[in-house]
Amino acid sequence: MSVFGFHFAALVVVLPLISAAFSALLRGKNLPWALTTIVSALSFYMSIQLLIEVSANGPLSYEMGSWAPPWGIEYLVDPLSGFMLMIISGVSTGVLLFARESIAKEVPEKQLGMFFSAYLLALAGMLGICITGDAFNIFVFLEIMSLSSYVLIAMGAGNDRRALTAAFQYLIIGSVGATFFLIGVGLLYMMTGTLNIADLASRFSEIEDTRPVRAAVGFLIVGIGIKLALFPFHIWMPNAYTYAPSIVTAFFAGTATKVSVYLFIRFIFTIFGIDFSFGVIQLTDILMPLAVLGFLSMSAVAIFQKNLKRMLAYSSVAQLGYIVLGIALANETGLTASIVHIFNHAIVKTGMFLSVGCMFYVIGSPYLKDLNGIGQRMPITTFGFVLGGIGLIGVPLTPGFISKWYLILAALERGTYVSYALVVAIVFSSLLAVIYIWRVVEVAYFREPPEGSTKTEAPLSMLIPTWIFILGSFYFGIETSINVGFAKAAAAFLYGGQ
Amino acid sequence: MIFSLETHVVLALLIPLIGALGIALAHSVPNIRESITLVTAVILCANVFSILPSILAGIEPSVLLVQILPEIALSLKVEPLGMTFACVASTLWIINSIYSIGYMRGNKEAKQTRFYIFFAIAIAATMGVAFSGNLLTLFVFYEALTLSTYPLVTHKGNEDARKGGRIYLGILIGTSIGLLLPAIIWVWSLTGTVDFVKGGILSGHASAVVTGILLFLFMYGIGKAALMPIHRWLPAAMVAPTPVSALLHAVAVVKAGVFSVLKVVVYIFGIDFLTETGAAEWLMYVAAYTLVAASVVALTKDNLKARLAYSTISQLAYVVLAASMATSLSITGGALQIVMHAFGKITLFFCAGAIYTAVHKTEISDMRGLGRQMPFTFIAFLIGALSIIGLPPLGGSWSKFYMMIAAAEIDQLWIMGVLLISSLLNVAYLLPIVARGFFYPPLGQTDPPVAVGYEKSDFSWKDIKEAPFFCVLPPVLTAFLCIVLFFLADPIVRMIEPIVTP
Repeated sequence: MSVFGFHFAALVVVLPLISAAFSALLRGKNLPWALTTIVSALSFYMSIQLLIEVSANGPLSYEMGSWAPPWGIEYLVDPLSGFMLMIISGVSTGVLLFARESIAKEVPEKQLGMFFSAYLLALAGMLGICITGDAFNIFVFLEIMSLSSYVLIAMGAGNDRRALTAAFQYLIIGSVGATFFLIGVGLLYMMTGTLNIADLASRFSEIEDTRPVRAAVGFLIVGIGIKLALFPFHIWMPNAYTYAPSIVTAFFAGTATKVSVYLFIRFIFTIFGIDFSFGVIQLTDILMPLAVLGFLSMSAVAIFQKNLKRMLAYSSVAQLGYIVLGIALANETGLTASIVHIFNHAIVKTGMFLSVGCMFYVIGSPYLKDLNGIGQRMPITTFGFVLGGIGLIGVPLTPGFISKWYLILAALERGTYVSYALVVAIVFSSLLAVIYIWRVVEVAYFREPPEGSTKTEAPLSMLIPTWIFILGSFYFGIETSINVGFAKAAAAFLYGGQ
Repeated sequence: MIFSLETHVVLALLIPLIGALGIALAHSVPNIRESITLVTAVILCANVFSILPSILAGIEPSVLLVQILPEIALSLKVEPLGMTFACVASTLWIINSIYSIGYMRGNKEAKQTRFYIFFAIAIAATMGVAFSGNLLTLFVFYEALTLSTYPLVTHKGNEDARKGGRIYLGILIGTSIGLLLPAIIWVWSLTGTVDFVKGGILSGHASAVVTGILLFLFMYGIGKAALMPIHRWLPAAMVAPTPVSALLHAVAVVKAGVFSVLKVVVYIFGIDFLTETGAAEWLMYVAAYTLVAASVVALTKDNLKARLAYSTISQLAYVVLAASMATSLSITGGALQIVMHAFGKITLFFCAGAIYTAVHKTEISDMRGLGRQMPFTFIAFLIGALSIIGLPPLGGSWSKFYMMIAAAEIDQLWIMGVLLISSLLNVAYLLPIVARGFFYPPLGQTDPPVAVGYEKSDFSWKDIKEAPFFCVLPPVLTAFLCIVLFFLADPIVRMIEPIVTP
């Protein structure tokens, strides 16, 4: 990698961070959007370069301001964080391609500069969390991401004023989560005297039996769990996703909670270590029931939703349950399932939220009762949604199947009676997904469109990005060398890099 | 053969899909659209039969479609069972296309383009099921078949169609994702492969208990085989237009189900392994129960299509019963049953549709005296019915013959009894329809009194009012084929033989 390429590790975060300030100065409908899209695309390009570099030559460390770690802040790209960077910037870029028409309809023109400024901050925050090798720096980026996401969600107030209460609820719960996280990091710092993750990890085993460390672990797990919308801390998420503007929902569905999953994996596997997490404190016993309860109950709740966005939000909580289950299974196949599902769910769910965004753009409502006969009114969009739904259910040839394949194998690998029960639970939850997708299909194709409705598709600038995600999801469901390859590499790294 | 053998195998999937595209493009010109359907069907059939000689010679061509995961691929492999199934389905698609044209036009059905497109896609999926080289490929095409037939089942688009469609999809998707898929993954985790291998792959990898559970998952996961109590989708799917019921629910969909059952038993479990473990014994009882119970239910149905639906459930159970006996003779009998029942049942469905097109009657009690008006239809019905009952010289007699020998061979004489009772029940629910058609006066009329010593025929040529020609020709053809198949059983048996002899 060239000398300039080496600085990608810093630029991938710094560029969106600085551009956020410029975006706030820009006026009009197009300029802020164009800047944001270009910056996001550049981040995506740099992420890919970094990932290629990491897969070829191993982890890449970048010392901020040339201060050597553990004193200075270190940026560290390893197989997992590289993969996360690519997912986040990729989803962000795809959503932005879609955004121009969609957001202009939902947010007043004079606020667009500020909107995209917040968007860039959120992007910088997410990328920063994944790339930084410093525990306190993670907290800083977590706050950057969270604060800007409160703003972004509140921007949905133009459509529905409940966006304000949703944002406020998220603000309160999110702050509790962030505070817990900070307390946990603080306790670790107190005990080890370092904030660098690699340094923390190497000293952790010496002090793991002390009470402050146990408390720190508790605070961290709960704090990240809240941010991750781990059942039963998920309460903020359906509201936030329902009332946020379409593109914000699409962006967050694929990335925001996934970043917290990344933190979960990073702390459990890198800092605490596998022996401590699953041997000493038996995290499996805590996480597995929560995960299973989460995906079963939330899939069931999704069936009864009247609002399409809210239905997909509950489905997202359920999908996070699968991801957490993969972590809780405490074997390499399970971790592979989790990491690959981060990718697979991001691409499928973003595609589905974008389809809903198209419907919202034309119909002006995400409520099922207003979507009667949508299959005839917007055939291309609706077909995309249905294909996405098939991916969510996990039919073979879709990415959902790949995730479930690994998840079920991981469960069977444990070889106890619990694992058979888990298989039954996973399969049952997939069947619940069939039901909630099918409700939409019946509304879309079997109800008559209301009198006087015409066949109107969303503009091509929205349809094309939507279909990129939908077709992409089938590509990654059939030719899996990219997503499974990187996920396997990351899981092997976390298990082998002890 | 024009291309390499492998190309022809892939073409079997591509031809109907290309046909579907052509149908979509020609949507505004019905005559061209229907011609495309017919031409596609003929080309497909020719293509499938061009593969046949190689299979008879013992070659097993295989094609790798996609490598999904490092360990898992979608692949095609042609073996005798699949070849048989593909030949039946592609032959009957030609006849059925002719019939569809007569029926859909005769009843002025809406959205015919959509109908023909999904029909072609369903055939492509059927070819995929027939030629699948491993369990996962089978599963993919099995699901594709379910999804592509859904718009056909709900073609009418009314409340009844929606309800029927819900049951259809609910049961088929529910069982396949809920039971079949976990079974496939389980097999993979036990053996590290899901390929169809002669002699089975589970032997030595699974205990008797696990084998029993797996067999349960497979038999109820393959919902299309309509084993009781998951048979409800089949009667529900009868809301479809009759050509759909005819091809899909006498041939493609249900036969895809029992075909998968045979394939799983032969190539995954292996018949010797099943016999050793005795894991299939429960299945014998379930299949025998389904076989008799469905026939009894059929007796009570007055709606002709509903009666035929339950008859189908009963006839499918023959194949499952054959699979559960797990001997080389019974598997041969099961394979023959797939072929013979297909021709017999499609004849009956064609007749039901012809009657509906001609006089718009669906209830059997309203069909008195109709034989005098539609003699060709009713004679075709009679032949089809006799084949299903299993009387020589009709094709259906062979499958029952082989199964009876198999039952004797494994000393399960009660199975012979079940088969006998079932045949009698078939007589009881199929033949009265024909008898009433010819010997009873039409509804609301009485035959004029005939003086003692005189004879007067109730039949006269000028009373004949048949359905459109395209609706009558297909059942006559398939009825004729039922007779022909009686003499063609030997080549089929010889083709199946190598897979059941170790």
